[in-house]
Amino acid sequence: MSPLITLVAQRIALGLLLLLAVSVLIFAGTELLPGDVAASILGQSATPEALANMRRDMGLDEPAVSRYFSWLFSAIQGDLGTALTSGQEISSQIASRLGNTLFLAFWAAVIAVPLAVFLGLLAVRYEGRWPDKAISAVTLASISLPEFFIGYLLIYFVAVKLGWFPSVATIYPSMSLGEKLHAIGLPVAVLVMVVLAHMMRMTRAAILNVMQSAYIETAELKGLNQFKIIWRHAFPNAIAPVVNVVMLNLAYLIVGVVVVEVIFVYPGMGQYLVDHVSKRDVPVVQACGLIFAAVYIGLNLIADVVSIATNPRLRHPK
Amino acid sequence: MSNELKFLSNRVARGLMDRRSFMGRAAAMGVGATAASSLISTAALAAGPIKGGTIKVGVQGGATTDSLDPATAANDTAIQVLRMWGEPLVELGQSGGLEPKVAESFSSSPDAKIWTFKIRSGISFSDGKPVTAEDVLATMKRHAGEESKSGALGIMRGIESMKAEGDNFIVELKTPNADLPYLMTDYHLIVQPDGGVNDPAGAIGTGPYILKDYEMGVRFVFEKNPNYWDSELGHASTVEVLVLNDDTARTSALQSGQVDMINRVPPRVAGLMDRLPNVDVRTTSGPGHYVFIMHCDTAPFDNKDLRLALKYAINREELVEKILFGYGSVGNDTPINGSYPYFSDDLPVHSYDPDKAAYHLKQSGFDGSVLLRTSDNSFPSAPDASALFQQSAKAAGIQLDIKREPNDGYWSEVWNQQPFCTSYWGGRPTQDQMFSTAYLSTADWNDTRFKSESFDDLLLSARAELDDVKRKEMYREMSLILMEDGGLICPMFNDFIDATSNRVAGWETSAGYDLMNSYAPMKMWVAG
Repeated sequence: MSPLITLVAQRIALGLLLLLAVSVLIFAGTELLPGDVAASILGQSATPEALANMRRDMGLDEPAVSRYFSWLFSAIQGDLGTALTSGQEISSQIASRLGNTLFLAFWAAVIAVPLAVFLGLLAVRYEGRWPDKAISAVTLASISLPEFFIGYLLIYFVAVKLGWFPSVATIYPSMSLGEKLHAIGLPVAVLVMVVLAHMMRMTRAAILNVMQSAYIETAELKGLNQFKIIWRHAFPNAIAPVVNVVMLNLAYLIVGVVVVEVIFVYPGMGQYLVDHVSKRDVPVVQACGLIFAAVYIGLNLIADVVSIATNPRLRHPK
Repeated sequence: MSNELKFLSNRVARGLMDRRSFMGRAAAMGVGATAASSLISTAALAAGPIKGGTIKVGVQGGATTDSLDPATAANDTAIQVLRMWGEPLVELGQSGGLEPKVAESFSSSPDAKIWTFKIRSGISFSDGKPVTAEDVLATMKRHAGEESKSGALGIMRGIESMKAEGDNFIVELKTPNADLPYLMTDYHLIVQPDGGVNDPAGAIGTGPYILKDYEMGVRFVFEKNPNYWDSELGHASTVEVLVLNDDTARTSALQSGQVDMINRVPPRVAGLMDRLPNVDVRTTSGPGHYVFIMHCDTAPFDNKDLRLALKYAINREELVEKILFGYGSVGNDTPINGSYPYFSDDLPVHSYDPDKAAYHLKQSGFDGSVLLRTSDNSFPSAPDASALFQQSAKAAGIQLDIKREPNDGYWSEVWNQQPFCTSYWGGRPTQDQMFSTAYLSTADWNDTRFKSESFDDLLLSARAELDDVKRKEMYREMSLILMEDGGLICPMFNDFIDATSNRVAGWETSAGYDLMNSYAPMKMWVAG
């Protein structure tokens, strides 16, 4: 078997192990919360008998370890349980919410990633001159402003004053793709501005690092034009760090956009999680925690595999 | 005003001319945008409702954890949604009083102990089934059941028995209550087929609209119920209710024309919004109030003089001006104001008086500092209001310490648990209901631990009193007892602040809660 496949298999196994550890943490964390599920369903008017009945019905009288394993096994089979507040299947509820979140993250990434890489290449090409400085200044300024502030600025100027995009980004299944894209215009713009600088700076730094190498000098002496050197010779060697930072930002786009969702009233995972945390709906919180952890671990796994695959030294370790 | 302009504004109201060209013509005649806009509103009201179109409503309060079951409705969004698809037996009238809904008429025995509601004939649920007295009975039984989780359970407790006879739904009470029909206006008590026992969240009702599509905590779409009995209600053919919890999102959605009306405009931006040409800010004075509550049975607040000292040590005018930005009125340590039917406006006034406060502090013999707990969600700007209270009390020699509690858990850990904290009340339609909810010795939510025999006696006798003059006098006396002896410091009544765009017309001031008691989407119409 090729060493690459072995490496990837190892990484995947490690990722799964990590996910298992996270699931223990999530379960233990929610166990530590004051009061249990039965108490939070019944509320203040709970009588001791009602509490005992409810605990027995829900299997809460069993030891935590056996409850953890039964939760884990049903979660592996895709059964995340039912929400306490609405009594509905968590899996089906989350499916549409996660779909919305991925939709927003996808379009933000489709714009942000190529733009960041392109701007990074451009900054390297004109290193130390005004295009480089302008790109850095603009992207750093946009990352320095809190995202809710950028959001409000865009709402005021683009939605209220100019009327180009709606300020409320609510989307629903009966909308056409075009309508959906129009609706999410502003949140996508905010997310792009927030993640752009990080990826752009990393691309720039990684390529500049490679640009010091002797083989780049050779390419220059061959008489190749500057942009071709950067794109064909320097960039492939800088892919690993760039992919790492891209994946980190993609994970952020999926799990870290609660504020943007609230400002633009976008029906994604963040709002869903916050609503259930405030109602102490523990099964939903556990399910969301598990999904968020899986996304993080999964994306980092991809980053690892890509760095290995693009780096011959890692592909053929001694 | 020129006749031409009047003529043109009528054309706009009838939909014969578009708003933009009207504004242009008005500007050409030297009339400003605001004046021109108000011309259109006047003309629109005079021309009468226009049928059709879509009205979009942005409301605060919904969450993904909500349910469509009327029994568990507990926020502005849930109430708005209920009003669209369902109806109670009777409803608060536009200018006080009662309006018949599912009940065509109602009457009581002379002693106000037995009440008969006659069910409107010929109306049906949105699934086509005719409405019967049995459905009403089943509905009320569901909310009154021992197992019930209904928010209306408390007001059903006074009922001895209920029955259905032909077209009549008959309620027999344990003790006489002249206000029973007011209790039936409670928003939980939506009449459902078979009482909603089989399908509590089915959203099948008799309301002017039918729920077509929804996503909890996000969006609700309604279409006009073609068989609705009252032609005065429900002008738009489609109504969309959007949940917009973020204040800025809500106000900017109205400004950018994504919604036509919103509730809960933050007081600090209401003045600015009113200046926009396409937006009207609508204020309604209501029974809602922001309060500081002391437990009358816990030291040091079990001392009447200390309670009075604190009542005189708060600067009410300053709070109305700085916390409500003028959108409200001064409170007088009773939960009752002009929005109640038997209000007496001749009560002595508790005004800011550091000398009197110092006098009562001395009388109380209390020496030390008082701990006030507050949080951001107890009412908007509650920590700021507490700081103002602290300053005004200092002038009277009262040391007030403020402890800021987290929003999370405030209603379970602090309110109704700790002896002195900030809170709010939404008010109730009648004095009887307000007093029985929170000031009767045995009340569920007696959050001031106020126990007074004379107060309880007055409440029960006023409830059975059918003579309005005597009843008003009793309620006056009860307010006096609360002011003098109670644990309630009520410095201000907050107005409801809503806003509508000029795309819709037909706003009228209403009794009840915000957005014309949540009837604005049905009573207003698309004007242009």
